[in-house]
Amino acid sequence: MVKDVRDALPFRMVKRADITQARAWAIRLIAIALALLTGGAFVAALGYDPIGIYATAITGSLGSKMGLELTAKLAVPLLITSLGVTLAFKMRFWNIGAEGQICVGAIAATYFALNHADWPQVVLLVTMALAGIVAGGLYGMIPAYFKSRFGTNETLLTLMLNYVALYTIQALQQGVWRDPSQQGFFKIARFPKVARLPEVFGVHIGWIAALILVGLVYVYLRHSKQGYELTVVGENEATARYAGMHVKRVVLRTMFISAGIAGLAGMLQASGADKTLNDTVAGGVGFTAIAVAWLARLNPFGMLVVSVLFCILERGFQAVQSLYNLSTATADVLQGIVLFFVLGCEVFLTYRMKWVGAKGGVERV
Amino acid sequence: MPNAHPAIELKGLTKGFGSIVANQDIDLTVFNGEILALLGENGSGKTTLMNMLSGLYRPDAGEIYVSGRPVSIHSPHDAIALGIGMIHQHFKLVDVLSVQENIVLGTVGHFAGKRKLSREIRELCERFGLMIDPERKVYSLSVSEKQTVEILKVLYRGARTLVLDEPTAVLTPQEIGRLFDILRKMRKEGCAVIIITHKLNEVLEISDRVTILRKGRCIGTVETRSTTARELTERMVGASVDLSIHRPEPLRSGPMLDVHHLTVVNSDGVRALDDVNFSIASGEILGVAGVAGSGQKELCEAIAGLQPIAGGAILCEHTSLEGLSPREIIRRGISMSFIPEDRLGMGLVASMGMVDNMLLKDYQNQPGMLIRREGARNLANSLVKQLNISTPSIYTAVRKLSGGNVQKVLLGREIASNPRILITAYPVRGLDINSSMTIYRMLNEQKQKGVAVLYIGEDLDVLLELCDRILVLCGGRVTGIVDAAGVTKEQLGLLMAGQTAEEAMRNG
Repeated sequence: MVKDVRDALPFRMVKRADITQARAWAIRLIAIALALLTGGAFVAALGYDPIGIYATAITGSLGSKMGLELTAKLAVPLLITSLGVTLAFKMRFWNIGAEGQICVGAIAATYFALNHADWPQVVLLVTMALAGIVAGGLYGMIPAYFKSRFGTNETLLTLMLNYVALYTIQALQQGVWRDPSQQGFFKIARFPKVARLPEVFGVHIGWIAALILVGLVYVYLRHSKQGYELTVVGENEATARYAGMHVKRVVLRTMFISAGIAGLAGMLQASGADKTLNDTVAGGVGFTAIAVAWLARLNPFGMLVVSVLFCILERGFQAVQSLYNLSTATADVLQGIVLFFVLGCEVFLTYRMKWVGAKGGVERV
Repeated sequence: MPNAHPAIELKGLTKGFGSIVANQDIDLTVFNGEILALLGENGSGKTTLMNMLSGLYRPDAGEIYVSGRPVSIHSPHDAIALGIGMIHQHFKLVDVLSVQENIVLGTVGHFAGKRKLSREIRELCERFGLMIDPERKVYSLSVSEKQTVEILKVLYRGARTLVLDEPTAVLTPQEIGRLFDILRKMRKEGCAVIIITHKLNEVLEISDRVTILRKGRCIGTVETRSTTARELTERMVGASVDLSIHRPEPLRSGPMLDVHHLTVVNSDGVRALDDVNFSIASGEILGVAGVAGSGQKELCEAIAGLQPIAGGAILCEHTSLEGLSPREIIRRGISMSFIPEDRLGMGLVASMGMVDNMLLKDYQNQPGMLIRREGARNLANSLVKQLNISTPSIYTAVRKLSGGNVQKVLLGREIASNPRILITAYPVRGLDINSSMTIYRMLNEQKQKGVAVLYIGEDLDVLLELCDRILVLCGGRVTGIVDAAGVTKEQLGLLMAGQTAEEAMRNG
């Protein structure tokens, strides 16, 4: 008889009933410590000084005004997009199409930036923001419509629509919006001054929008009727119908808002950070946002913390990479090690290990 | 009669989930050639115990002996290899396959030819008195026939010990009789049978011994011959309980709900309800009997406005409800609580606490965009007090409450909305005796306040005691509406099986 492998292990995973905040943070700190040790061993094996590398990562992301600004710039789209996907996730609608929704929002904003440079700055920027929200929102309603009408799988549809949006940008770069002054390069012209977001404390004002959104999304989810409705729909559609909710309307509305927020992130990124539209406007933020949203357990304030930490990591290792002349792959491995431990420790927040000792299994008949 | 060979022995089994101990130090023995009933209230740990036996859970401590040898069971595969077969409440069959295909499905290393297989199955059927054609497709089988297939499945895999989890919940009295015949046959063949049930009369009828669990502990094992329903209840609950259901005289001050020629076609294009006629007076409880899936769900949903009606009319105090949205129907004082198998299916949101669940029906009446929770909080607090709902807090997810408390939350909210018509389906499904009695009391209070109550139930004894009249559904048609005081269980059973009222009264 084949013996069960679980018999050979001296411990078992047991579900925790509850966990105190102090203990949860202790576990997280241990995870971070382990991550640093493992990462340190890795770079030491490559012949670098781990302490130096970590110090560079910290100073690179937080140690200088420029470092801080770069970190904040990274965090803005990530935080906003996390807030957006959260609305959909709360409704159990697996919107993994934020990447595409960011692109579409940016495209819509770019249209106004390129064609209406004669408008007053405030009017133009507000129009661009609204265009980003509406375009992103409508784009997000496509999978929502098909899901509520035909029961299609939203995971696939939102994912596929990412590529449609991405390649639309490339088509625009190479086609109608191509900047002839760039000679051989396929690029879209830089936005005129009036179409660029003003800066406050050295970072475009998107960060203020992001902070306001944290509060708005929190109130929307916890204290508004619509937030209540989308939560009920997500948990139990039968109950939602029973309580007289219009399930389809809730699904469409929520996806409009969710994707609209992602669209706004696209506009902010194009107008505030890139000052043009290119195909890296989303740059994976739409996917990272999913991890951020879940790590923060769909809590908007949690997302603020988590997205900033993500960006410190990202920016820090960018600094390490350029200073130590590391390969991109090495920097990615380091970042991966940290994420592995930090994400992995979540398991230990819901389960604990129980030592049962290495007792022999009982022979079966 | 049990001989001296224990088929299964459980010694000191303990299983905890987090800080909750579901099973504490449980001993249980079942002998070959014996039917053992496992009795206990909700949350007393019956299912946990059986899940350890069938390999779904692993015990934290304690030993399992099969035929006197210590074993460790890691999966249902291990369990069946040891001759332990589990019949779950919900059947796990593939509808489009035939009976014999379902039986061999998932067996390993057994490639019997079709003819040989068919012969083996017929032999098994004969030995245990099962009646089923191995060639038939599962979708064409009735509920009780599907159960027979489940039993065959485990017998074919060589099970010598059968565990049945509430097997009678979905059967008519006649079908229960047949099931019990099969179990007796097994006992005669030397199998060991463990039957989990809430119904005391069944325990007394079928079992040789009864093991009683209370709050995760084993209270004791008694010989069925030398015990009574009263004694069993007292040991199970830990206190004496009045088992009689009170039936106050109905007020019947005028019809509240009239249903005329109601026909409903479900999403499969099948007539789920066919020309259904009845009326409920205010201050009356009308029971609905019928095997599962006879149109009960569609009836509830049609009245609540969740299911479009294909023909006929539903009148509430002489005004038609047709074309009204669920929201408008709620506003007219029609309140439905439908408790499906998983209890939380329709009416509650499992992950929300009591407060947010209280909001479900009236949040739309609040002005503005934002939600105010004071009202819901007060309601939740008063329900906890009035109905003795045991919950750590009114914010604890209702999923974490026990079945009885969940039902109290649901019914309490419906009643708090002061309905004129209260539709309640399976409100005591899976509930223990104490909680059930509370629910019956609540329904009677509503009746006395002049509410028209439609009670869709499973337990015929309860229907007979609680309701004023009983409507019997069979395949979406009404086979009879009878006075509860003048009908027997057997007659109801015949009506449920499709006989007309005259036939049933003559034969029952």
